[in-house]
Amino acid sequence: MSLLNYFKRTKPNTARLAKERLQILVAHERSARNQPSYLPELQKELMAVIKKYVQVNQDDISINYESDDDQETLELNIVLPEHD
Amino acid sequence: MARIIVVTSGKGGVGKTTTSAAIAMGLAKKGHKTAVIDFDVGLRNLDLILGCERRVVYDFVNVINDEATLNQALIKDKRCDKLFVLPASQTRDKDALTVEGVGKVLNELKKTFKYIVCDSPAGIERGAHLAMYFADDAFVVTNPEVSSVRDSDRMLGILSSKSQRAEKAETPIKEYLLLTRYNPARVKLGEMLSVDDVQDILSLHLLGVIPESQAVLNASNSGTPVILDDASDAGQAYADIVDRYLGEDTPHRFIDEEKKGLFGRLFRS
Repeated sequence: MSLLNYFKRTKPNTARLAKERLQILVAHERSARNQPSYLPELQKELMAVIKKYVQVNQDDISINYESDDDQETLELNIVLPEHD
Repeated sequence: MARIIVVTSGKGGVGKTTTSAAIAMGLAKKGHKTAVIDFDVGLRNLDLILGCERRVVYDFVNVINDEATLNQALIKDKRCDKLFVLPASQTRDKDALTVEGVGKVLNELKKTFKYIVCDSPAGIERGAHLAMYFADDAFVVTNPEVSSVRDSDRMLGILSSKSQRAEKAETPIKEYLLLTRYNPARVKLGEMLSVDDVQDILSLHLLGVIPESQAVLNASNSGTPVILDDASDAGQAYADIVDRYLGEDTPHRFIDEEKKGLFGRLFRS
């Protein structure tokens, strides 16, 4: 290793990495925190109703809750099985 | 009007008890009658940090259960006659603290005290919940370290949804950030989150930065709140925090690396 390389070598900035990881994590956890508390229960009951009529898996149903200043959106997405 | 301050963090070992002892002593030294309560049932330690461990006769749970009066349980500090300590019980009964019991004791204290400092245990269990439940102000103690920042954010969520103020839809608890064990040299090297980084993530009002300091261990070794070591950096940082909390416009210190002159290098290691 040449002397030049020794001076060029910089330590990785782990603080920046920490900040990036935290910003993503905290944003995710905050959005989960602000969801209405009935959401998991609603998902379970919807699942039961849908299963009565169509054969779907847990993964085929997704419920998304989003809110901004003036409106709240509850998005329900069901992937129906393909017909053979 | 009395104010209830909770010193909280979620994560353990970040400096809640050190902070509780320091700010309670600081407020008392400013002439405000202050009570500091240890909510860590089963793991009493505030008495040790304040140096009154051999004077504990009755505790918080005794008062809740009417086995002792508040005046019997409160320990008057020997260095400052405005400071009183209510020690935690060493019982292993997890349900020793109740909302009603804690509320009763706090209401009694509010009649004669100006500030009531609640030293929260780590975690989000009963003790931590009750420590923050009745609070007016929250001091969120955070280390510049990923797990501590995450847990502080979790605690902010709990403060804004599970406190009495939240349940009654009153003015929310005032939340303040206290960044402890800060090492400006490591921040400069990119090895530690900076004050700005932590504030960007938590969006909290910064009450003060406590530098990583040898004075803190020395203070706990001797049972003296570090704020009484007014020659030390940590002691001065806590004194600034008390001033800012009381509304003084004290500029922030200990955020940037101290520039040591030749004499500083020679004599201060």
